[in-house]
Amino acid sequence: MSTSTAGILVVLLLVAALVVTYRPFGDYMYRVYTSEKHLPAERAIYRLTGVNPNVGQRWTVYARSVLAFSLVSVLFLYLMQRVQEHLPWNLGFSGVSPALAWNTAVSFTTNTNWQAYSGESTMSHVTQMTGLAVQNFASAAVGIAVAIAVVRGFARRRAPVATGPGSMDGVVGTGDEIGNFWVDLTRTIVRILLPICVLGAIVLIAGGAIQNLHGNHVVSTVAGGKQAITGGPVASQEIIKELGTNGGGFYNVNSAHPFENPAAWTNLFEIYLLLMIGFSLPRTFGRLVGDKRQGLAIVAAMALIALGSLAVNMAFQAAHHGTVPEAVGAATEGTDARFGVANSAVFATATTLTSTGAVNSFHDSYTSLGGASLLFNMMLGEVAPGGTGSGLYGMLVLAVVTVFVAGLMIGRTPEYIGKKIGAREMKFASLYFLTTPIIVLLGTGVAMAMPGQRAGMLNGGAHGLSEVLYAFTSAGNNNGSAFAGITVNTTWYNTALGLAMMFGRFLPLIFVLGLSGSLARQAPVPVTAGTLPTHRPQFVGMLAGVTLIIVALTFFPALALGPFAEGIH
Amino acid sequence: MSTRLPSWLRQHLAALRALLVLTVLLGLAYPFAILGIAQIPGLKDHADGSFVTNSAGQRVGSALIGQSFTDADGNALPRYFQSRPSAAGDGYDPTATSASNLGPEDVVDSFDDPATHGEDEGKQSLLTQVCARSLAIGRLEGVDGARKYCTRSGVGAVLAVYHAGPGFNGPITRVVSVNEACPATPFLAAYQGITVACRAPGDDVAAGERVLVRGDAPNTPAVPADAVTASGSGLDPGISPAYARLQIPRIARERGLPVGEVRHLVEENTTGRALGFIGEPSVNVLELNLDLDRATAAPRAG
Repeated sequence: MSTSTAGILVVLLLVAALVVTYRPFGDYMYRVYTSEKHLPAERAIYRLTGVNPNVGQRWTVYARSVLAFSLVSVLFLYLMQRVQEHLPWNLGFSGVSPALAWNTAVSFTTNTNWQAYSGESTMSHVTQMTGLAVQNFASAAVGIAVAIAVVRGFARRRAPVATGPGSMDGVVGTGDEIGNFWVDLTRTIVRILLPICVLGAIVLIAGGAIQNLHGNHVVSTVAGGKQAITGGPVASQEIIKELGTNGGGFYNVNSAHPFENPAAWTNLFEIYLLLMIGFSLPRTFGRLVGDKRQGLAIVAAMALIALGSLAVNMAFQAAHHGTVPEAVGAATEGTDARFGVANSAVFATATTLTSTGAVNSFHDSYTSLGGASLLFNMMLGEVAPGGTGSGLYGMLVLAVVTVFVAGLMIGRTPEYIGKKIGAREMKFASLYFLTTPIIVLLGTGVAMAMPGQRAGMLNGGAHGLSEVLYAFTSAGNNNGSAFAGITVNTTWYNTALGLAMMFGRFLPLIFVLGLSGSLARQAPVPVTAGTLPTHRPQFVGMLAGVTLIIVALTFFPALALGPFAEGIH
Repeated sequence: MSTRLPSWLRQHLAALRALLVLTVLLGLAYPFAILGIAQIPGLKDHADGSFVTNSAGQRVGSALIGQSFTDADGNALPRYFQSRPSAAGDGYDPTATSASNLGPEDVVDSFDDPATHGEDEGKQSLLTQVCARSLAIGRLEGVDGARKYCTRSGVGAVLAVYHAGPGFNGPITRVVSVNEACPATPFLAAYQGITVACRAPGDDVAAGERVLVRGDAPNTPAVPADAVTASGSGLDPGISPAYARLQIPRIARERGLPVGEVRHLVEENTTGRALGFIGEPSVNVLELNLDLDRATAAPRAG
C-alpha cells in the first residue's frame, strides 16, 4: 500500500472516530453543565475554595474570576520555576531565569504552551508535574468554561425583567448571569478531563510511554558509548497535553519523542485526543441553545475548513516540492520513521488547527507551502475546531460576523440564535477579531526592525521571516508550535512573546464574555419569514467563507513575503 | 471567610485556594495514581523506559530510543546496521533532543572566514548535509550515492550567478560555486560560457542569483530518503525497510553470516503499519543489532 493511500485511510478512520464521538460526548458535556447536582468531590473542592456554587455571576464577575484565577496561576508557576532547585526531584537543575520563567508561566496559563526551553535540560520533575501539568488541566478547563458561559448568553430565553429569583442551571440570580466560573472550572476538570486522562494515560503506557520519577539512567551502548536514558512522569502529562490542546512537551522534541509518542497507533490516538473536545463542543452548544441543527452547522463549518486544510498540507508534503525535499526524494527531514510523512502531516495539521502546538515532526523543515498551510491554520484564529472551548467561542463570534455581513447584503437586522446583533454586539465581535492580528503583525514588524532579533533566525531570507511570523502567530493565537529554528530564549523574545500570549488570550476572552453578557440581557426575537436560517448548508458555506476571507485580507501581505516568496518559483 | 475583605481581594483569595486545591489533585494525586497503576506487571517495563539487555544481561539502552553505531570518531561500525542521522546533541543524546530545524531551501554553506579570528562561522547547509551523507552511505554500501542537486564530491550543486544589470538582468559577469571553498575545483567548468569560480574566503554570495544544478543523478536515488535526513526526535529508533535492505549485504559479509539469515533477522525486527495502514513500517535498529550479536556469538560459543 502506498504512503498516500495509507494516509487517506488514517484520515478516514480519524473522521469516523470523531463522528462517532460527536453525539454521545457532546450530550455528556451538555449534562455536565446543566446538571443541578454537585458531586461529593466537587462539594469538597467548593468548600476548600470557599465559593458558593449556587450563585450565578454576571459577565463582569465571571471575567474577573477568570482573570483572578489566571493571574494567581501565572505568579504561582513563575515562583515554582524560580525555586525549583529547592524542591524535591530537581534532577540538579537550577532555578529558571526570570525572563524564561515569565514566558513559560504565561505560556502554560494561557493554554499556549510555547516553549523557549528544553524540558529535559531545564525543568525538574516537580515543576513539570505539579506546575506545568496542572496548568495543562486548568487552562483547558478555563477555555471550556468560558465557551459554555458564552453559549449561555445566546441560550438565555428570558429577559431579565421576566425572571424573579429564577434559576438557570441550578444557579440563583437576577437574570443576566452567565453561570458560575468556579463551578464550570471544577466540573470540567472533575467530570470531563480527569476521567479521560486516567484512562488515556494507561493506554499510552501500554504503548510504551514512560511514567516514573527516575533521573537519568546512564547505559553503555552497543557501540561502547554512553547514553543517558531519561525518566519522568511523562504519560500523565502527555495525555492532558493532547486532550487539553495544550501542546507543551515533557521533552524538547515533544510528541516526536518515543517516550511521549512511542508508536504509530499512539500517534493516531493522540491526534484523536486533541480533536475530540473541539469537535464535540458544537453538539453541546446545539443542545444548550435548544436547536441541535445549530451545533451541526458550526461543526460542519469547522470540518469543512479542517478537511480542506488537511488535504492541502498532505498534498504539499507528498509532492515534496523544494530543493532539499527533491534532492532527498521525500519530505522526511524532521520526521520519525514510525510515523512517516503522511501521518506527520495529519498531526501537524491537527495541532495547528486546534491551538495545541504539540508536534510530532518539525514544521521548520516542511516544504515551504506545507509549512505555509500550517501557518495559515493558526492565522484562522484557531477555530477549526480550535483550542478546547476557545475554538467554539471563536467560531461563534465568526457566526455573529457572518450574520451581520449577510444582514447587510439582504437588508435586514442581523439575528443569531434568536438574538439581535446590534451595534454593541458588533463592537465586541470586531474587537475580538482585531486583537490577534494586531499582536501578530505588530510583534513581527518590531522584531524584524531590530537587528538583534533578526540575528536570532536560524535560516536567512524569506524563511527567516517565516520563522518570526510563525513565532508571533503561534503566540498571539495561543498555539505554541514553532518553526523551531529561531532562537527565542532571549530576554527580548521571552518578554515580547509572553506579552503576545497574554494579550492574545485574555483580551479576546474578555470581549467574548462581554458579547455574551450583552446577549444575555436581551429578550429573544421571534423567528419570522425574514430571519436568515443559520443551520443550512448556505450558512455553513458563508461562515467558512467569512473565516477564510478575514484571514486572507489580514495576513496575505505577510504570507507573501515569507513562505510564498520562498515556495513559489 | 471574612466578608469584610474587599471583593477584589476575596476573589483572588478564592482563586489562590482553588489553584492550591487543584495542584494537590492534579499535580500530586493524579500523577501518583498513574504511577501506582504503572507498577502493574506488563505496564511496569514500559513505564520504566523499555530497557533492553545484551547477551551478557547488561542494560544497553531502551528499545524505544535509537543509538549511534559508530566509533569514537563518528565512523560507522561496519558490523552493525546504521541508524538515521540525528540532530540530538552529538547524535542520539536523550538529554539534548532536537531536530535540525533547517528549512527546505537551506542550500548555501557558510565557511569560516579567516579574517575574523577565534570564531568558526562554518556551517553546512541542509542540502550539503544530505549530499555528503548520501555519498558516504553509497561508499559504505557499495552503491551509487548520487542525488539531484548534489555534486559528485558530495556538496550542494548551487551557483551564484552575477549579472551586469539590476534584477538579475543583462549579461552574466561572474559565476561562483557557492558550496566549494577555494582552492577547490568547481564541479562545473563553465556556466553559459562563463568560467565557474570557487568561493573565495569572506564572499557571502548573497547578491548573486541562485541557480541549482540538477546533475545527472537518477530520479530514484539508491540511498533511501530516511538514511540522509535527520529525524524529528533525534532519537529515532527506526529506519525504513528499504534502508535496512540496503545494509544487509554488508552486514552478512562483515559477520560471515548467510544473507538469508540477516534478512530473516531484519524481518523479525520490522514493525509493519498498525492495522495495515497506520504509520509506516520501520525496523528497530538497536534490537536488530542485539539479535545480530546473539546470532554471531552463538556458533562461537558452541
